[in-house]
Amino acid sequence: MTTVADIPARSSVDITMRLHGWVTTVDHKRLGIMYIVTGLVFFIVGGIEALLMRWQLFTSDGQVLSGTTFNQMFTMHGTTMIFFVAMPMIFGIANYVVPLMIGARDMAFPRLNAFSFWMSLLGGVLLYGSFFAGGAPDVGWFAYAPLTEYTFARSTATDYWILSLLISGVGTIATAINLSATILALRAPGMALGKLPLFVWMMLIDAFLVLFALPPLTAALVMLLLDRQLGAHFFDVQAGGSALLWQHLFWFFGHPEVYIVALPAFGIISEVIPVFARKVIFGYESVAAASVAIGFISFGVWAHHMFAVGLSPGLDSFFAGASLLIAVPTGIKVFNWLATLYGGRIRFDAPMLFSLGFLGMFVFGGLTGIMLAAAPIDWQFTDSYFVVGHFHYVLFGGTVFGLMAAFYYWWPKMTGRMLGRRLGQWHFWLLLIGFNLTFGPMHVSGLLGMPRRIYTYQAGQGWELWNQLTTIGAVIQGIAMALFILNVLISLRRGELAGDDPWDAWTLEWATTSPPAEYNFETIPEVRSRRPLWDLKHPDDPDWKHE
Amino acid sequence: MSSKPGKFAITSPSGDRPWWGRWLLILPWVLTAAGTSYRVCGAAEELQTPPVRQTPDRLSTSVFDTVSPPADKIRDLIYLVTAIASVILLLVGGMLIYCIIRFRRRKTDRGEPPQLYGSQPIELAWTVGPLLTVFVLLMVVIRTVAETRRPEPSADAVRIRVVGHRWWWEFQYPDFPGLTTANEMHVPASVPGRERPIHLELESADVVHSFWVPRLAGKTDVVPGRTNLMWFQTAHTGSYRGQCAEYCGTQHANMLIRVVVDAPDEFEAWAAHQASLQQIDPEFAAGQGLFMNRTCVNCHAIRGTEAGGTVGPDLTHLATRKTLAAGTIDNTRKNLAVWLHDPQSIKPGCDMPSLRLTDQEVRDMAAFLESLK
Repeated sequence: MTTVADIPARSSVDITMRLHGWVTTVDHKRLGIMYIVTGLVFFIVGGIEALLMRWQLFTSDGQVLSGTTFNQMFTMHGTTMIFFVAMPMIFGIANYVVPLMIGARDMAFPRLNAFSFWMSLLGGVLLYGSFFAGGAPDVGWFAYAPLTEYTFARSTATDYWILSLLISGVGTIATAINLSATILALRAPGMALGKLPLFVWMMLIDAFLVLFALPPLTAALVMLLLDRQLGAHFFDVQAGGSALLWQHLFWFFGHPEVYIVALPAFGIISEVIPVFARKVIFGYESVAAASVAIGFISFGVWAHHMFAVGLSPGLDSFFAGASLLIAVPTGIKVFNWLATLYGGRIRFDAPMLFSLGFLGMFVFGGLTGIMLAAAPIDWQFTDSYFVVGHFHYVLFGGTVFGLMAAFYYWWPKMTGRMLGRRLGQWHFWLLLIGFNLTFGPMHVSGLLGMPRRIYTYQAGQGWELWNQLTTIGAVIQGIAMALFILNVLISLRRGELAGDDPWDAWTLEWATTSPPAEYNFETIPEVRSRRPLWDLKHPDDPDWKHE
Repeated sequence: MSSKPGKFAITSPSGDRPWWGRWLLILPWVLTAAGTSYRVCGAAEELQTPPVRQTPDRLSTSVFDTVSPPADKIRDLIYLVTAIASVILLLVGGMLIYCIIRFRRRKTDRGEPPQLYGSQPIELAWTVGPLLTVFVLLMVVIRTVAETRRPEPSADAVRIRVVGHRWWWEFQYPDFPGLTTANEMHVPASVPGRERPIHLELESADVVHSFWVPRLAGKTDVVPGRTNLMWFQTAHTGSYRGQCAEYCGTQHANMLIRVVVDAPDEFEAWAAHQASLQQIDPEFAAGQGLFMNRTCVNCHAIRGTEAGGTVGPDLTHLATRKTLAAGTIDNTRKNLAVWLHDPQSIKPGCDMPSLRLTDQEVRDMAAFLESLK
């Protein structure tokens, strides 16, 4: 007979077993979810850091944070958002969705996959471990040498920062190998490369970008570690090192990194827009080809982050030209998305709202990017708040809006439940308003001469109003994200059941149950076109007749 | 109104919103004001008050408010590119909004819309169009790059060696032997018949900084181990503000630049005076003695005395400067006293330590330094 005392004991065993299941899993879906949860937790942390900065800058001569704390906040905010929010969220979604989309049972190397995740998480934990070792790093997320040399950064915080990025970088590179192997080797029968869903195409390009962009960063980090710990002089100018070497190495990683976090968003909305406009993507080949072009060109533009360091006029012109050139393939994709909308029957569910938001915001960010690519303009704009506004339109208006679209789109597949429609709309509209109120005025304060990364500013230059608008916008964004978390929690408890295919979509992941069984598909489906479920739903007019 | 004297009012007079509504509205201001309380322990009252800037600068730092050829050229390019970008934004944004409105799903819709897989002529058009636009833009950019960079100083040019330090600026004038000053750069205006381009040679003593006075020119980084060049030229006398634009550590925010453009004869007078040795008024011997006997001379120089440190700003003719601590506070005797009492309270993290002076020592030394006309 069961005694009352047995019940909590049994349930704690149950929790332990379930936890054990998660910790030891090599299932791509569980790892994907763990990546996404990691990204969301760090997103909240990075968001709080941003709000603290905005509180400090709400007035001139603000006294909320000390200079050192403020400098730590923007260093942690940037590092967190790039390496421990954008990357885990992207690889989480890719982890979950890519094998399903190509009709595979798992990633090519499931154990390596688990290794990658735990390395990424370890990197994030190590970064925040610096707080307990005497303070967070305060050298900025691009950590320009020689500010990072032991002479100028004596605490261990910078070493934590280096090790954190080194370790998570190993995980990222392993994931890239895993993803490319999966996509190249484990596709369902009949799924030629030309029939890959566009999100998978983008992730394939993404994986190759990671493979070529991350190693220079790893090398630079190791060199910096040698400088700091073993007395090497790579970046130590006094001893004959070079300050610019760091900048070249960092941005040779840093600019492709922008596309590493942007291409998946392109892929996401290339999936969402067709489904919610009820039309096949316009110009599949040119979307894929344009992305490959972006991938190549992105390795030839890094010095546009360095226009102000005193390059020669020839180099200025070359990097301006290469950077402007990226606008062409990017423009092609925007036109393709618009043409997909044209003549469609658009449903405005949350994934589509975020995708349309992405289109508007990303185009704006791309156009300010053209201004920054013009080297002389960059001499005024770089390192001012204009740049901060610009890259948030690209990375938040682009990547985060894309990730939100993905979240609303694939959540029913991951959990079997729908997210609330009303709350989703509130989330979108508040985020859109708050986003523009935050980052729009930043362009103005930049034009008025406000440099970035200053913890305080004096009255009298007309900067107050724009900073106050920015802070108010940031608070609105905070509220929007709180609604999002609420939506997630409500959906987990009592969300409407989704069924296998709630959006009436066309790619393979919607052919299996929600959530899918551990083995994904009972039988691996055979594929004849880019939209296998369209073929199934329209046997009279299948896609493969048109491709 | 308030039922609890000494506490915040807890009922709203209008009664139409909850009592905390108004506090929520002013919360950021209240908390910020609360944070401004200042802490300097155990000193005279005059040293405990914060060194407020009595006359806030109303000096524009707008990139549109330009007075110098490099900045003018950049401003014109900004206008051109903004115009092109606006046209594209209107086209794409208009198309997006049109699609959203025109092609929304209607209740009467049945089945799927016609599927359109692509069109080579259309896609070719929107590849070639942007390519041509980008090409034209690049040509304009290359021309502006060539126009904005001017490597060779003319005979009438004024050369200034700028050294970025954490967190202040050193200005040396090679054409005026001995002239070294800090944070406030004086240059002559160009007048009809005599153009005076200003050529800066930028060097760093420690980490990467960036020299940025938006109304005069775009920014140029100040990179250790390199000598970067930039130039500007203006006919407009007056004071121009700028600040370090590359993150350089704790006090990056308080590394301000002032460029004062003087009429040509005023500039010559200023330069001659600044290059001269400091005359010391014996009235301030007490302060002078303190300065020479404390550690001040390890870092600071006063030309004409035995103080010859080169780590910190040159203090010769300090009293002629408008600000202290790289533009952080106005140069008044009271502010200087607060600074000497505890520099870390004004610029936390800066290299100047608190010397633990008595109040009388602070007064004497402030009086001495303010006598360095």
